[in-house]
Amino acid sequence: MPRATSDAKLLIQSLGKAYAATPTNLKIIDLYVVFAVATALIQVVYMGIVGSFPFNSFLSGVLSCIGTAVLAVCLRIQVNKDNKEFKDLPPERAFADFVLCNLVLHLVIMNFLG
Amino acid sequence: MAAAGGLPASATLLLLVIAAVAVAPLASAVRPVSDAHRSAAAELFAASPDGSFGDLETTYEAVRTFQILGVEKDKGLIGKACKFAAEKLASSSSSPAKDLFHAARISGVLKCSVDSGVYDDVATRLKAVIKDTNSLLELYYSVGGLLSIKEQGHNVVLPDADNTFHAIKALSQSDGRWRYDTNSAESSTFAAGIALEALSAVISLADSEVDSSMIAVVKNDIVKLFDTIKSYDDGTFYFDEKHVDAAEYKGPITTSASVVRGVTSFAAVASGKLNIPGEKILGLAKFFLGIGLPGSAKDCFNQIESLSFLENNRVFVPLVLSLPSKVFSLTSKDQLKVEVTTVFGSAAPPLRVNLVQVLGSDSKVITTETKELQFDLDNNVHYLDIAPLKIDVGKYSLVFEISLQEQEHETIYATGGTDTEAIFVTGLIKVDKAEIGISDNDAGTVESVQKIDLQKDTSVSLSANHLQKLRLSFQLSTPLGKTFKPHQVFLKLKHDESKVEHLFVVPGSARQFKIVLDFLGLVEKFYYLSGRYDLELAVGDAAMENSFLRALGHIELDLPEAPEKAPKPPAQAVDPFSKFGPKKEISHIFRSPEKRPPKELSFVFTGLTLLPIVGFLIGLMRLGVNLKNFPSLPAPAAFASLFHAGIGAVLLLYVLFWIKLDLFTTLKYLSFLGVFLVFVGHRALSYLSSTSAKQKTA
Repeated sequence: MPRATSDAKLLIQSLGKAYAATPTNLKIIDLYVVFAVATALIQVVYMGIVGSFPFNSFLSGVLSCIGTAVLAVCLRIQVNKDNKEFKDLPPERAFADFVLCNLVLHLVIMNFLG
Repeated sequence: MAAAGGLPASATLLLLVIAAVAVAPLASAVRPVSDAHRSAAAELFAASPDGSFGDLETTYEAVRTFQILGVEKDKGLIGKACKFAAEKLASSSSSPAKDLFHAARISGVLKCSVDSGVYDDVATRLKAVIKDTNSLLELYYSVGGLLSIKEQGHNVVLPDADNTFHAIKALSQSDGRWRYDTNSAESSTFAAGIALEALSAVISLADSEVDSSMIAVVKNDIVKLFDTIKSYDDGTFYFDEKHVDAAEYKGPITTSASVVRGVTSFAAVASGKLNIPGEKILGLAKFFLGIGLPGSAKDCFNQIESLSFLENNRVFVPLVLSLPSKVFSLTSKDQLKVEVTTVFGSAAPPLRVNLVQVLGSDSKVITTETKELQFDLDNNVHYLDIAPLKIDVGKYSLVFEISLQEQEHETIYATGGTDTEAIFVTGLIKVDKAEIGISDNDAGTVESVQKIDLQKDTSVSLSANHLQKLRLSFQLSTPLGKTFKPHQVFLKLKHDESKVEHLFVVPGSARQFKIVLDFLGLVEKFYYLSGRYDLELAVGDAAMENSFLRALGHIELDLPEAPEKAPKPPAQAVDPFSKFGPKKEISHIFRSPEKRPPKELSFVFTGLTLLPIVGFLIGLMRLGVNLKNFPSLPAPAAFASLFHAGIGAVLLLYVLFWIKLDLFTTLKYLSFLGVFLVFVGHRALSYLSSTSAKQKTA
């Protein structure tokens, strides 16, 4: 049992060490993803407490967060220098895609919000 | 009523309604002013509990209408009205010309005693108004007020009559209509009537003769004004505004009354005769009489006063032809009676009335033989027996020709020459060859046919099963022996036990009315109810004097047993009139609103959703994020800021879309913002990528 905890500790420590080596811009994206998912979770909790009455509002709120998180993950994949297949794609171009997709996503979200 | 009982109530009601509808349009034709108008006027101009009629104008209209109609009012009311007018006249310097005008006229009508000093003040004030104004209405009120004072025996002279005449004439238009003042562009027919009345007042008030050439010009204007008169098919003429302007529009009654007032008063003071066709004057008289009993006090005053002007005017005195009764019975051999009178019902000069044409309801010519109506001097009625005309029951139009007997009357009176009146002829309808019987379904062999007499209730007793048919036939003929088709012919079967009724329309052909009830096809309609059914026949028409509802007897029906799914007969209401009563109220059910969470909880979670942003910002700080990569050169910095501002603007637009904009406006703005954003975004990002590429190579 103590072995297992120390193993887990070891694992987390090595994971943290490895993550510290991640470039800052990727860390920012990760933080953004966490922020978006956390917001979505809070809304889900709220829905669990009071019920899903304005269901479209709930859906648009949660989907806005999930959608932007997914887009951020896509951005992270494209920006990451270790991903060889996106080597030719400049990060600025990826960011432009991210902005455009977010704008389209939120237009739909606003339309659905009611 | 008990004999008619059973249940004729609904059918009888229907007959009555139809009869009323059929006769009603004939009742609304032209009749001279009568006592009905007097009581209508008394009702419309009812004084309020404190004994007044309202404002000055309404008071004048009330007392003037009562004066014309000869309705006596008690002394108290007259005293009140006089006092009301006197108060206004006494404070002449502060009252507008309109109030003085009405007050002077009230005093004139009621013959109130007014101090001559008061009238001197009023006259001075009105003359001052005339000098200053260029408004038609102001001129009308002041000149009219002066004329009223003069007519009350007070000496008033308008010193510069020619100038006033020119001032009013200056407002006239080429088409005979007038403007309200020199500034207004619109001309109006109502104003033309006002102006003519004012001009005639000026002529009456003038100390010397008004220029006769000017009068000739005005006469010409009147002729042009009459060119704009409008008409209906039946020879009715009326004036209405050419342009309907919501603010100034007064309606045809007020407009026509204004013109009649103006033209007749002008004709009364101007020398020579006005060149207006008699038929138009007669048409105006018909228009005012055609109103019948007016609905409002204003209309009542306009109608009665215009008719009083027409009753005695110098252009043409209209003589109207009217029928005291429009319904004639062939049975009682009614006489066709025709009255030719003035609009107030006074006797006309000697004249001849001929019936020249009789038209059927479909404008088919029945006869064109000219028949002269006899004149009954005592009752002032022209009459003719209708029996020799050989007309049947139904609706007819009669065309009369009126001719004055003395030549010189033709320049004084307008008869219109011919006149068409609608009449309605009723008579007894002969019913015969009535037969009732039962026949077998297949061969149609008749088992039992009974002749019945529809003049009285009969009580045949028949019996049939569902394979047999009930036959009923009869003939209807008019007094002249033609086939008659009434509006309503119904056969009613009523089940004795359940009181369920069934109505059948009896179809009529050229020869006879015949109905065959095939019970095989009717078992379902009869709800499989066997037993005794009472038979009733209803025949009704507005022209039929002997419309009837006859009990024929009964029929014993033997119908098959009801299958499982057969519809149940509806429950019969105990009170047959209850179906005309109020229906059950329909209450609408709305969806109750969803239960909403308490406000506090929602606010707490709104706050909670903001927490991740705070966490995000704190995380950014801990990562040591900076804006070092933000371009430092002015041009790229500007593009980068514009890029961020553009994104912000798009997000703001989305918020507006959520709050108030619709999708189309949003997309419209978004297309502009999008183009801008693509442009600045491209510039900003390509600058960034070029700098990072440089860093790599360096």
